[in-house]
Amino acid sequence: MASGGEQTISGYIQHHLTNATVGEGFWTFHVDTLAWSIGLGILFLGLFRSVAKTATTGVPGKLQAFVEIVVEFVDDTVKSTFHGKSNVIAPLALTIFVWVLLMNLMDLIPVDFLPWIAGQVGYYAFGVDPHDVYMKVVPTTDVNMTFALSIGVFILMIFYSIKIKGFGGFMKELYAHPFNTPWLYWFNFILELVALLAKPLSLSLRLFGNLYAGELIFILIAATIGIWQLPVHFIWAAFHLLVIPLQAFIFMMLTIVYLSMAHEDH
Amino acid sequence: MEILGNLYIAVGILIGLCALGPAIGFGLLGGKFLESAARQPELAPQLQVKMFIVAGLIDAIAMIGVAIALYMLFVLGAQ
Repeated sequence: MASGGEQTISGYIQHHLTNATVGEGFWTFHVDTLAWSIGLGILFLGLFRSVAKTATTGVPGKLQAFVEIVVEFVDDTVKSTFHGKSNVIAPLALTIFVWVLLMNLMDLIPVDFLPWIAGQVGYYAFGVDPHDVYMKVVPTTDVNMTFALSIGVFILMIFYSIKIKGFGGFMKELYAHPFNTPWLYWFNFILELVALLAKPLSLSLRLFGNLYAGELIFILIAATIGIWQLPVHFIWAAFHLLVIPLQAFIFMMLTIVYLSMAHEDH
Repeated sequence: MEILGNLYIAVGILIGLCALGPAIGFGLLGGKFLESAARQPELAPQLQVKMFIVAGLIDAIAMIGVAIALYMLFVLGAQ
């Protein structure tokens, strides 16, 4: 990306780490994160729905076989980990797994490719200088996205805890474990509150940290070593190929585990 | 950001320490997995799945540290 004027390495990196924002203060929206995540969600839902509608019990086509593999995998995982009764868990787990996986996969697209296209579109269609067009294509590298997912899971956790155990039972779990004497209720409460809040925080920051570091290393490789970036990109992409589904799987697994803990009724 | 020397030292310490803990953790984890797979080979696939789950959890700590350090380096210390 050496189009016109001074382009320092630091400027290039900064440019690729900035989201396209609209609005300011509390009401800033990262439109690129929103657009890519909603677009990938629609892709996932549309694809799976079309396969479900045209599913045959005869010999399945490749697409149906693939969707069946994914659904069966999620189903097995939920069956072995979730010890409760709920209609919501398996679809929730499937959505989280496939959606996070698709968003993470955007990290494998070459760094400059889509932002360059966006810059050209901005220039030819809207007369905007390509340098002012910012786009980050991997939604999960945006803290807002991962926190949105984990806050959603957190709300579900508290909702099901209160629904199954009652509000009294839920609070009792917070102040009566691990020491069951009234003298230590305050101590229990502090510990349990920290543990409760650590769950959504760690869930979102784990995903964010992994993906942000991966994307940043791609950008660094692209910016600093000239022609040698081609083999080095390949090596890092091969390594990142492990991280992408692993992080999606861990997010799904932890969601199932937390919701299973919320459903247990002694 | 005026004092960049301190920033670089801070980033170095952050990444170094965040690499140390999880590396030891992974070593212990992998070692235990190999031991138990050698004892009961029929459980190896199940144990492998569980190993990856724990590996992802340990990785979180390393990655959160790296992400914060890289943010500090490129966004706060930009010049």
